[in-house]
Amino acid sequence: MKSLAGEDMVGGYGGADILHGCTIRVDAGEIVVIVGPNGAGKSTAMKAIFGMIELGRGRITLDGRDMTGLSLRERVLSGMAFVPQNANVFAGMTVEENLEMGAYLRRDGIATTMGQVFELFPVLRERRRQLAGEMSGGQRQQVAVGRALMTQPEVLMLDEPTAGVSPIVMDDLFDRIAEIRDSGVAVLMVEQNAAQALAIADRGYVLVTGRNRFSDSGRALLANPEVRRSFLGG
Amino acid sequence: MDGILNAGVLLCNFVVVPGLAYGSQLALCALGVTIIFGILRFANFAHGDLMAFGTMITIFATWLLQDLGVTVAPLPTALVALPAGIAAAVALCLATDRLVYRYYRRKKSPAIMFVIASFGVMLVMNGLVRMIIGTGDRSFGDGARFLLKVREFREATGLQEGLAIKVSQGLTVAVTVILVVLLFRFLQRSRTGKAMRAWSDNEDLALLSGVNPERVVMVAWLIAAALATIAGTLYGLDKSFKPYTYFQLLLPTFAAAVVGGIGHPVGAVVGGYVVAFSEITVTYAYRKFLAYLVPGDWVGEGLVQLLATEYKFAVSFVILIVVLLVRPTGIFRGKVIGA
Repeated sequence: MKSLAGEDMVGGYGGADILHGCTIRVDAGEIVVIVGPNGAGKSTAMKAIFGMIELGRGRITLDGRDMTGLSLRERVLSGMAFVPQNANVFAGMTVEENLEMGAYLRRDGIATTMGQVFELFPVLRERRRQLAGEMSGGQRQQVAVGRALMTQPEVLMLDEPTAGVSPIVMDDLFDRIAEIRDSGVAVLMVEQNAAQALAIADRGYVLVTGRNRFSDSGRALLANPEVRRSFLGG
Repeated sequence: MDGILNAGVLLCNFVVVPGLAYGSQLALCALGVTIIFGILRFANFAHGDLMAFGTMITIFATWLLQDLGVTVAPLPTALVALPAGIAAAVALCLATDRLVYRYYRRKKSPAIMFVIASFGVMLVMNGLVRMIIGTGDRSFGDGARFLLKVREFREATGLQEGLAIKVSQGLTVAVTVILVVLLFRFLQRSRTGKAMRAWSDNEDLALLSGVNPERVVMVAWLIAAALATIAGTLYGLDKSFKPYTYFQLLLPTFAAAVVGGIGHPVGAVVGGYVVAFSEITVTYAYRKFLAYLVPGDWVGEGLVQLLATEYKFAVSFVILIVVLLVRPTGIFRGKVIGA
């Protein structure tokens, strides 16, 4: 069973540290959501786990294997996939080409995986010849998630997948993400729409100023009066 | 009726045919510049002198082959010598990348640093070429000179005006068409080509997809060096080889890349023809052309030339400035050159 962990992470973007020893863990078949106020280091924690920023302290492990010094490419090869918040599609390429680029490191046939992505997001099949840059916000997010799924990752990391999409599209995206989880993938995501995200999450972390403040099951966090009052708007 | 036909032939001979050849040469130059811009994200000032370097090696190889008695008549021997020039230009590019640009890439320097560095590389290449082959004119063309001679055309049509097509002109257009088709197929269909487009589109996401940056950069230099050498050799066969002229080609090359939309390969090709035809139509003297179309006494004394040929570079300059002011992304919405 796959399990990804970032333990005791300390680091930032070169200036002052943003993370002050936070720990995040996600196992296969579960959705883990990171919530917290602005500037809590939610996205930074994700980027640190994926190796996009250097850590001053702490380590990243995948199934116990130390990943801390690995390049992005090696992380992708070992089964991790990341969907950034912004500019997460190749705007000048077609939907199909976006998916092909997702599978860039694979040398085997990708038709089956592409079929699975099209099954998950039927609109992408209809629009596979369209440029990703010409699609609506919600459809773009589907392309972005689809691209990440093309490596058949064991861990899928999503940085605010519902940023800037309408509530209906958001619900739909969350349903799809739950389906991805049910297929056995470990899903780790950062979300602004905390309440909705925790509702589908198996577990959640509340980060404050780069430290773990609460960690519990999604349902327990939603029920926790302090979490509700401070982070979920009552 | 004969007047209109003669006027048409005249225009073909002095504007259309030379414009197509020069436009093709510029298109190949601009493609190289645009590919380096798309992948390495800087405007490469050394491209003109890279052309000169590749062409110089091709010339040496041509002379050697001529001495050995190798010919491919009626085609110019330089065609066979091209691989040597391309290989040398590729080696030079990879060496400069290793010695100069990679350092700035690792430091994640802003684009302006790369541009200034490329200016330095330009001066070095410039000096290197002049030291080795000298500053004078060199001609290295051989084989047949004309595909179509003026006299043959006149005899066949009975018109007063003649049309000539040089072998070098026909060759230039044919080679350009083949190269453009091959390059576009490569970019559209192949795995590496798609990775290059992805890198040009969104560098961070390409990294997240596992694209190897050093490999993409290497292939970009390979393509740019090959295109530069071929463009330079075709230009040299069509006109003549002189290092200074190649350095001067930088301006119309950039004008072509920018007018089409820098970073956009289709734009570079279209831009090449736009700049070439602008230059030629503005500097052509229309007196004789008009004389065929209007009564004799209307023509007057002047040459009916908008701009003297000495000022042809002004055309590129004006195009460059107008595009940057009015539509910096160019015709095909490429990128905007910035620091």
